[in-house]
Amino acid sequence: MTVIGWAQIALFSLILLVLTKPLGLYMARVFQGERTWLDPVLGPVERLVYRLFGVDPREDMRWTTYALALLAFSLVSMLFTYAILRLQGLLPLNPMGFSTAKAPSYATPMTPDLAFNTAASFTSNTNWQAYSGENTMSYLSQMVALALHNWVSAAVGMAAAIALIRGFARRSAQGVGNFWYDVTRCILYVLMPICLVYALFLVSQGAIQNFAPYTSVTTLEGAAQTITQGPVASQEVIKMLGINGGGFFNANSSHPFENPTPLTNFVQMLSIFLIPAGLCYTFGRMVRDTRQGWALWAAMYVLFFTGVLTAYHFEAQGNPNVARQGVETSTKQLGDVGGNMEGKEVRFGLANSALFATITTDASCGAVNSMHDSYTPIGGMIPLANIQLGEIIYGGVGSGLYGMLIYAILTVFIAGLMVGRTPEYLGKKIEQKEVKMAMLFILAGAASILIFTALASVMDLPAESALNRVGLSSTYYGPTYNNINNSGPHGLSEILYAYSSGTGNNGSAFAGITVNTPFYNLTIGLAMLIGRFLMMLPALAIAGSLATKKHVPASAGTFPTHGGLFVTLLVGVVIIVGALTFFPALCLGPVAEHFLMHGGRLF
Amino acid sequence: MRQLDNFGHPRRRPLFDPPIVRRAIKDAFIKLNPRALAKNPVMFVVGIGALLTTLLLLRDIGQGLAFRTLLYEIQIAVWLWFTVLFANFAEAMAEGRGKAQADTLRRLKTETTARRELPGGGHETVPATALCKGDIVRVEANELIPGDGDVIEGVASVNEAAITGESAPVIRESGGDLSAVTGSTTVLSDWLRIRITANPGDTFVDRMIALVEGAERQKTPNEIALNILLAGLTIVFLLAVVTLLPFAIFSVKQAGSRAAPDVFALVSLLVCLIPTTIGGLLSAIGIAGMDRVMQHNVLAMSGKAVEAAGDVNTLLLDKTGTITLGNRQAVQFIPVPGITEQEVADAAQISSLADETPEGRSIVVLAKAFGIRERQLARREAEFIPFTAQTRMSGVNLNGRQVRKGAADAVKRYVGELGMTFPAELQQEVTRIAQAGGTPLVVADNQRGALGVIYLKDIVKGGMRERFDQLRAMGIRTVMITGDNPLTAAAIAGEAGADDFLAEATPETKMQLIRQEQAGGRLVAMTGDGTNDAPALAAADVGVAMHTGTQAAKEAGNMVDLDSNPTKLIEIVEIGKQLLMTRGALTTFSIANDVAKYFAILPAMFGALYAASAGGHGPLWALNIMRLHSPESAILAAVVFNALIIIALVPLALRGVQYRPLSAAALLRRNLLLYGVGGIVAPFPGIWLIDQIIVLLRLAPGR
Repeated sequence: MTVIGWAQIALFSLILLVLTKPLGLYMARVFQGERTWLDPVLGPVERLVYRLFGVDPREDMRWTTYALALLAFSLVSMLFTYAILRLQGLLPLNPMGFSTAKAPSYATPMTPDLAFNTAASFTSNTNWQAYSGENTMSYLSQMVALALHNWVSAAVGMAAAIALIRGFARRSAQGVGNFWYDVTRCILYVLMPICLVYALFLVSQGAIQNFAPYTSVTTLEGAAQTITQGPVASQEVIKMLGINGGGFFNANSSHPFENPTPLTNFVQMLSIFLIPAGLCYTFGRMVRDTRQGWALWAAMYVLFFTGVLTAYHFEAQGNPNVARQGVETSTKQLGDVGGNMEGKEVRFGLANSALFATITTDASCGAVNSMHDSYTPIGGMIPLANIQLGEIIYGGVGSGLYGMLIYAILTVFIAGLMVGRTPEYLGKKIEQKEVKMAMLFILAGAASILIFTALASVMDLPAESALNRVGLSSTYYGPTYNNINNSGPHGLSEILYAYSSGTGNNGSAFAGITVNTPFYNLTIGLAMLIGRFLMMLPALAIAGSLATKKHVPASAGTFPTHGGLFVTLLVGVVIIVGALTFFPALCLGPVAEHFLMHGGRLF
Repeated sequence: MRQLDNFGHPRRRPLFDPPIVRRAIKDAFIKLNPRALAKNPVMFVVGIGALLTTLLLLRDIGQGLAFRTLLYEIQIAVWLWFTVLFANFAEAMAEGRGKAQADTLRRLKTETTARRELPGGGHETVPATALCKGDIVRVEANELIPGDGDVIEGVASVNEAAITGESAPVIRESGGDLSAVTGSTTVLSDWLRIRITANPGDTFVDRMIALVEGAERQKTPNEIALNILLAGLTIVFLLAVVTLLPFAIFSVKQAGSRAAPDVFALVSLLVCLIPTTIGGLLSAIGIAGMDRVMQHNVLAMSGKAVEAAGDVNTLLLDKTGTITLGNRQAVQFIPVPGITEQEVADAAQISSLADETPEGRSIVVLAKAFGIRERQLARREAEFIPFTAQTRMSGVNLNGRQVRKGAADAVKRYVGELGMTFPAELQQEVTRIAQAGGTPLVVADNQRGALGVIYLKDIVKGGMRERFDQLRAMGIRTVMITGDNPLTAAAIAGEAGADDFLAEATPETKMQLIRQEQAGGRLVAMTGDGTNDAPALAAADVGVAMHTGTQAAKEAGNMVDLDSNPTKLIEIVEIGKQLLMTRGALTTFSIANDVAKYFAILPAMFGALYAASAGGHGPLWALNIMRLHSPESAILAAVVFNALIIIALVPLALRGVQYRPLSAAALLRRNLLLYGVGGIVAPFPGIWLIDQIIVLLRLAPGR
């Protein structure tokens, strides 16, 4: 670890802290229907949208109506994406002729299972990619079928969080807001203005934005190379800001066209955390006590910092077996590129890779600028554990906040009894319904990750099973545990990571596992939908239940939920509930691998 | 009638009363009934695990496995059964304490007969159990009242010791607030005509028996919510353990030949992880909480009411008898100009010598401070004038001197009739005392007219200010309710340290106050005894009726205080808080315990995985940070610890965690340190010690 590495992590933290309040304040104004400085420009557009879709933005929806609107909207947009993907061969903006007879030999066919997986993936804000974009997707698929979700799935997540905030803020109310209003205002007032400026910035740094066919060049060594092209910058910005993470290219943010400079790398990391951090403040503002929002922010920061500290530490230590071969790995000698540099961009170095990996898995982004599969066992366990905690460390757009709020509800319920009163959070009593829904949230995540991983680690499919055939190729894997590239504990980590990433709606890949087969496409697709909707619905149900409750005024007998004690407690509950659920699985994966590595065995 | 001590139970029953323990041990086995177990999801899972391991053990015995393996398997199965039994025992202990009380109560319900009036006149003798609502009975002196009812004719003194434990007889009469009588109490003098108000099986004593026995026990809302959390956690751990088997099979395949972990280890891990500590003690905590209320001689009609008491934000307390002593006391003699304080004291004392009221006695006591000794007036041929509602004065005629004391206007009239003036200074003093919340009594004689004024003051009970300060620290606001005028009320509320007051209170204003507090999201507790208190008692979240009160009040409230002590409301609040705190503390402790158990069982399960040589330790043995001897001893130690901790915490569950009047923040910090951090740390030495003992006793190999 180096001073310059730490300085960058510190600078990142500082700028995040500074940006939280202004953005949070602005978002609070947006969702409370107050005037913003963008109203003169966007107001008419907003009204036009409502008129176009026949929406009455003043209608106050009960949580059930809100949830129904949200589900219907997601279902329709998912079907739309599925249709475009399947039909991309017939549609324009397809210079490389993917899904047609003219397709290049390296192209991946758009099978129904891959289209389902991809549609589920983008609808659920996961952006898990069982394909390489440049080998599979037409520009139209990228820009319409996929980029659409980068916008709306982020807005859907944020809408759910705003509904939950309203549940806390309102007193004896029936409704939790209007879904169409929230989604429209999120896209128009929050995502669009930032993306516009952000895209121009990326282009200025060297990110590409064109509709050109791929360029064929001859390298200095005389080899032929295809240089991919496309409208990258516009998709890149919403990929980060909307915490989607699905890269235009397979190499994602380690590709120089997506992430050209150290400055863009820094801004990209910041743009992942930007909205979820701001939402903490929005929350505090809307419940009329900003300290409550900062408490959540602080708990998230503690978890984030612990992760980055651990990942950076183990990556800088590197693999002792490499050092034993006489290879120089000391960061003291090499600066921020010592330690374990396998799978990392030399442009970014250790600190910025560990930081990026932590951020992208804390938030459910899944964009990567290094190969998580190549991390040291413990360094790689951090992204995995981050996801398994439920994507609540800043987390997804909206989903991070409502996830953390559900943990706060559990914390208040478990420990709050110790002050001798029925637990209450922000003046709302936490009773049967809230506890039931909070447990459903926890159960849905744990069940999806554990059951699918268990299934994939032992399922003995016959050798010629179509369920485990790669694309339409002649490659058959047979038993599902054969898809892993590495044996031993690392193999278990690969499977575990795939389902964790899917359920957590993260979408980053540990990689090292071949997942474009019907079995993995379908199970991971299901995991993504479970992780999205079975975890969002309990949050909305809690919103509805809380909104109807009276507000109990705070007194000396009220469990305080803003100080350091609560932050510590919340972090403790997140870690203990998460660790207790996944610790056995992690033991057999990264932990065993760690001890084995120090014993000289590698996988 | 046999004197019962507090309706049949001593105030402090020892925690482990031998007969109760004996019965609880028996009940622990009876409660193994699957239908009883199914009510508790956590213990049900443990029961299934115990059954599963037992069946596997029988299979392995049949297959004649090695002694070392069988010894380990027998112990696991036995300790899993113990885990269930210990939880059953905790519940049975709590129930047993209630049952012991119920048995004593049941003895009260001896076969009484009743003299029931016939519609056409005359009486018939029927068994008391045949009485129905609306029947009219006549009870003579030295007879047991056959059922609950209202007196419709007659006045009698009644011994209610059977219910209240108070041996002094009380007066019961028709009409007014003293008309309610309870079955199984005895008429001492005169006779009563009573209209029965309860059907058989629904009388006060019946309800008491049902309540203390826990027969009517319904889970409280908070208990249900906690049960959901525990069931949820149980499912999460079930998932974690069940999926561990495929993970292990995968890993074993990757590593080579070693067999996957046995079912005994998996079941042990599951039982250790699911929150058995709180799951096993949860119902005991609830029952014991009700029992604690009962030991304070309060009958709570539901556990919900006790729980609500912990949540109370506002306490409405009646001034008289709760905040102040029931009686006013003389604190000062103020003379009119030209008269000495000594002379006023002397006249006041003479006029009060025959006054047996507490106020009169307090005047004599105060006079002593002026060196005026008690005199024997009978010798001096004194004639005492008693207080009457007409004159509103009392006093004495002594050798031609008439000394009078009474309300200012009455004395003023008396002085006027004597042709003397009532000094303006005295009038001022009278007004001043009244405004300060006191009662002025003017003293006069027929020789010099008005002499001065006695200042009678409401005396705030000792320690009230401290209690109110404690309540405030806990976030509870106290409101004093009084019929006094606002000035008086403010003065007394200020002196007692109450947060607020409601002066010139009527049943309507009381009701309004409750509604207003509840609209603000606050929970309200109050006490009451009169029929006009009934609506407010019913509206309050916690309504404690005095046992001396009317039937209507008792039915409206959700608790009845048999001692009729309004101050007890504060203790009820504390018990409610203690109940919730005990649940929270044990839940936190239970979950925190899991950390250590992982470090015992996981290395034991996977210690040999990926081992370099057969029989050697693999990488995950490094997680054995407690340095436990062998996989068998480690798993056993964790299971034994898990079972023993339930028994170890039974006293805590029955007694409740120590209550301290602190702010929520301070309470949280303290309990978190004790049960959270303590819960993480404590099992490490605990499991280590058990592992040492197991190996020492050769119950597991000490490799």
